[in-house]
Amino acid sequence: MALSLGESNRAIITILGRDQTGIIAWVSGRLAEYNVNILDISQTIVNEFFTMIMVADLNPANIGLVDLARILEKEGNDKGLQVKAQHEDIFTFMHRI
Amino acid sequence: MTITFAREEIQQTIKMIHEENLDIRTITMGISLLDCGSEDISRMEEKIYDKIAKNAGQLVAVGEQISARYGIPIINKRVSVTPIAIAAAHLNTEQMVRIAKALNRAAREVGINFIGGFSALVQKGFTGGDLALIEAIPQALSETEFVCSSVNIGTTKTGINMDAVLKMGKAILKCAQLTADQDGIAAAKLVVFCNAPEDNPFMAGAFHGVGEPECAINVGVSGPGVVAKVVKEFPEADFSELSNLIKQTAFKITRMGELIGRAASKALNVPFGIVDLSLAPTPAIGDSVAEILENMGLERCGTHGTTAALALLNDAVKKGGAMASSHVGGLSGAFIPVSEDAGMVRAVEDGALTLDKLEAMTCVCSVGLDMIALPGDVSAETISAIIADEASIGMINKKTTAVRVIPAIGKKAGDRVEFGGLLGGAPVIAIHPFSSSKFVNRGGRIPAPIISLSN
Repeated sequence: MALSLGESNRAIITILGRDQTGIIAWVSGRLAEYNVNILDISQTIVNEFFTMIMVADLNPANIGLVDLARILEKEGNDKGLQVKAQHEDIFTFMHRI
Repeated sequence: MTITFAREEIQQTIKMIHEENLDIRTITMGISLLDCGSEDISRMEEKIYDKIAKNAGQLVAVGEQISARYGIPIINKRVSVTPIAIAAAHLNTEQMVRIAKALNRAAREVGINFIGGFSALVQKGFTGGDLALIEAIPQALSETEFVCSSVNIGTTKTGINMDAVLKMGKAILKCAQLTADQDGIAAAKLVVFCNAPEDNPFMAGAFHGVGEPECAINVGVSGPGVVAKVVKEFPEADFSELSNLIKQTAFKITRMGELIGRAASKALNVPFGIVDLSLAPTPAIGDSVAEILENMGLERCGTHGTTAALALLNDAVKKGGAMASSHVGGLSGAFIPVSEDAGMVRAVEDGALTLDKLEAMTCVCSVGLDMIALPGDVSAETISAIIADEASIGMINKKTTAVRVIPAIGKKAGDRVEFGGLLGGAPVIAIHPFSSSKFVNRGGRIPAPIISLSN
């Protein structure tokens, strides 16, 4: 697997926190507004603890990753959720040679 | 395009960053000042200031963008420069202090928190510039905020310049005296090296060696917390398994440095130099090298077995890290500073860790006696003798060793000093009461060692 370093524009969005109604609706709604395309999504709930991992493509987006990460983190924080949007390379580099 | 991430991998990365203090300790830009010479001191100050401002002007902004993009903290953005004793070899002591102040202004302008390279390489003898610079160190460090200084007094190939060792003992004491009201902070910005690396990104010992390119990006990673956690999770692992676990973790930590280095190099259009794969602790709880050693099964860091534990740790970190990066350099190993490591501080307070044990530990790890507060009545000759001991370990073992000790003026063993921030605070450690004065005052050089009869 080639290490993209900036050539790809995919982000990994993760949400952690206590389960509540509308988490996916909120995040996917926000992403649609910014024209961010969702490529993959998985979620689990263990003991009422919500975990979501999403792969999103920012190529068609009208927002940059740094701004998107800031907005999602802040809004998530208001809902008691830890939300991170990170470029996929950090995961590629750590776990792949 | 296929999506190739396992859920566990993503969760592990996030946990390492958010719960175990994984971060990039520093992006350090090395800048050559060899073209900044001028007979006119004002012109020279201007050239140095302009060159740093031009090259490093975007360093902090780019560092922050990269940090946000990848979601990993980048704690420090720093600059290292050509050793000033070389770049400004024609200046006198007073002019050297002016250069230090120009470096300080440039550091403030570009927003970095340290600038290294107020340095001299005197392992075999002094040039006029070397003497002027060493003479200027106490004033330069006590009258600036960001400037760091280092002096290389020995190498395996040349032996140890004992005249320089004596001068540096005096310089350290003077630094502490001039900043006694701040617990001797100037001495915390001064390192004495044997076998100094030319591409080290970590302060206070960073400088941009003469074999380096015009400008380069070097990255220092951190992550003792991540290693401590892994070691703790496997209390039953035997030493082979333990070494493998640390190797795997070091690999992942170093990959982060490689990623950030490449990204910074690309964004700044500056060649990527090296990743320094050191385990650099911070005063934060859970970000401690001592804790790793204790998690291996030692009741307190410093007790019998500590040197063996550290040897295993240091070697495993290098093995894992070397695989992870295209160019490894700098100091690369586990750091054992005292004031910057909460576990080391506790070990000293509990009487488990002594200066003699720290010296033994430096035989098997990077870097040396680091951030150790000495009693305020310590003599310059005793500091010189401590430097001579540590430099000998480096010279004989073909490794970098360093001394960064801070005489705590007006304080005695057991009292506490506070430097603040990443430098932390520490108890004053006890030293031997017997004099080394006649020994260090002999003068001359300790000859280079023979390296073939290696016992």
